[in-house]
Amino acid sequence: MTDNTAPAPDPALRESATFDRATIADIQRAAETGIYDIRGGGAKRKVPHFDDLLFLGASMSRYPLEGYRERCDTDVVLGNRNATYPLHLATPVTIAGMSFGALSGRAKEALGRGASEVGTSTTTGDGGMTPEERGQSKHLVYQYLPSRYGMNPDHLRMADAIEVVLGQGAKPGGGGMLLGQKITERVAGMRTLPMGVDQRSACRHPDWTGPDDLEIKIRELREITDWEKPIYVKIGATRTYYDVKLAAKAGADVIVLDGMQGGTAATQDVFIEHVGIPTLAALPQAVQALQEEELHRKVQLVVSGGIRNGADLAKCMALGADAVAIGTAALIALGDNAPHLDAEYRRLGSAAGYYDDWQAGRDPAGITTQDDELAQRLDPVQGGRRLANFIRVMTMEAQIIARACGKAHLHSLEPEDLVALTIEAAAMARVPLAGTSWIPGHGL
Amino acid sequence: MAALSTPLEFADGRVELAEPTLVDLAGSDVRALNSALHAVDVAEKAPTWRVVNPDGRHNIAVGLDADVDVVVDGHVGYYCAGMNKAATVTVNGNAGVGAAENMMSGTVRIRGNASQSAGATAHGGLLVVEGSAAARCGISMKGVDIVVGGDVGHMSAFMGQAGRLVVCGDAGDALGDSLYEARLYVAGSVKSLGADCVEKEVRAEHLAELAGLLTAAGIDADPSSFRRYGSARRLYNFHVDNASAY
Ligand SMILES: Cc1cc2nc3c(=O)[nH]c(=O)nc-3n(C[C@H](O)[C@H](O)[C@H](O)COP(=O)(O)O)c2cc1C
Repeated sequence: MTDNTAPAPDPALRESATFDRATIADIQRAAETGIYDIRGGGAKRKVPHFDDLLFLGASMSRYPLEGYRERCDTDVVLGNRNATYPLHLATPVTIAGMSFGALSGRAKEALGRGASEVGTSTTTGDGGMTPEERGQSKHLVYQYLPSRYGMNPDHLRMADAIEVVLGQGAKPGGGGMLLGQKITERVAGMRTLPMGVDQRSACRHPDWTGPDDLEIKIRELREITDWEKPIYVKIGATRTYYDVKLAAKAGADVIVLDGMQGGTAATQDVFIEHVGIPTLAALPQAVQALQEEELHRKVQLVVSGGIRNGADLAKCMALGADAVAIGTAALIALGDNAPHLDAEYRRLGSAAGYYDDWQAGRDPAGITTQDDELAQRLDPVQGGRRLANFIRVMTMEAQIIARACGKAHLHSLEPEDLVALTIEAAAMARVPLAGTSWIPGHGL
Repeated sequence: MAALSTPLEFADGRVELAEPTLVDLAGSDVRALNSALHAVDVAEKAPTWRVVNPDGRHNIAVGLDADVDVVVDGHVGYYCAGMNKAATVTVNGNAGVGAAENMMSGTVRIRGNASQSAGATAHGGLLVVEGSAAARCGISMKGVDIVVGGDVGHMSAFMGQAGRLVVCGDAGDALGDSLYEARLYVAGSVKSLGADCVEKEVRAEHLAELAGLLTAAGIDADPSSFRRYGSARRLYNFHVDNASAY
């Protein structure tokens, strides 16, 4: 923590770009403790992102829709390729999978309430399904993870969709982790573990390896649930073009693509910051892969990793996504990092706006904790309302942009509506640099 | 598929079970079989089933959740009896990857050999492999009892959390790697133990437990010929001196 009372350093002192203060502090911490840093949240480094894109609103050559009177629809159907009961959501903003264990039962309930209020889906996580979230979630996606903690066929049957998790953007290729302090009696019971142990989750599924096996696994899940439910496959963004092709060919109804900015409850900082590619770089690869298989819009694409507002949503849709998922933004909407908790964050060595120790279980906002007293601080009804408000705002913001581009449905946004502010973003998003017709790497 | 057979009820209250429902997979498909086995009244209307010509098909008899008895005559592919609850499934042949994976309860018996990941992540019930099981038998097991008449391959009971694995033959490399609380019994040799897995004393209660498991499995072996393995519990909470074991 910085000491605000200390005099400002001599302006002649020059901080190294290579060994900046954060880097120095990392080295010192490693030398003192002998262990790598584990934290929550996503990549903090600046990477090319949706802020590097702009929309071309209508003027002479395009015709806009009237802001408040002309319709701009937002609904989305997920999983209509094979399932008897696909999900029909009122908004393309969904809630990403976050485990009970990482989050309190009340936080899970709040997510369910908020999502249901606006007609969207929420998702379980490593550790299984709780009655709180099933009870409060109109559309609940059940995650099927390598650890299979709490994996119960009755819950598969109770779910509205099933998400086979291969990886997360924060740690593609890595398994899960829940530190001992969060393994309370209830969490331990759900995961069949002794209390207080560090829970390690495997990074590979225990009963299949490659895409050929995945195809059979997806079939098994369909057979068990009588082909009623959509099957999603979630991947962390790395070799996205190939991974999406393989997942779609293996039979996924929906692909969830999570970029490197995607949040996590507990992962090594080195993993979060150095493995995986930005969401912006991954999304066009996924769309290309689906288009080549003639599956774009037939296999739906849900994109996550650093989605913060209606502009990010609209840009994802324009680049070819069918929906987005939010994790970190949903927690902030519930009350994470709230300014009124600043003094408490500071006591934990952090500050409001910086808090990322979601692994530690001491969250003053009562969200990423299993401590009953702390968890009581979050009112699930009020939290749900805040989340619903936030999703409504995101959706309306995206509608504002879509109407300005003359689109009567968010899905009608297209890459042609976008330009990039930087050469990097132009190359990744495959849209022209603003004011030019240049898409780096195209037309060479 | 043959019509569902119903038990015959006589005027004097006597009930006679009809012939098992016969499904010939040469002329039907797995989807129709599973769907019939999932019928809400299957346990009353058709408690016994015989499946012929499985020819290595995948996902046979998955997701059962009623007290039915299914016999499969022949070899099966991946995930046979996956996520089984309450049912009894017998395979008169060999089984592919993930037999009885994530089973919750009931009994699954493979009369031949089982491929990789037999009984993976299973929470309960009894899995018997009368032949040998390949690698990762009982991986991440969460309460199931597994009895293998022959050998098991490498990485068996990896991260096993609860339940018991009994191996009447030999175990391959890295038995019980990163083990939690599952209990392992092996009669033959163990090629190597995985990280944090150690041999433990066999006490009277373990002999009794073994005898019970062998009887339940219908396997004739002497409990006193087994050695017991379990977790040393040194990796339960991260410690920097153990970093190389992770
Ligand atoms: C507290 C927390 C817990 C998470 N738990 C899981 C999980 O159990 N399974 C999973 O697939 N992803 C998990 N994630 C990742 C999210 O599903 C999602 O990919 C990510 O949060 C999206 O990026 P965003 O946080 O920038 O919105 C978790 C994320 C957070 C913040």
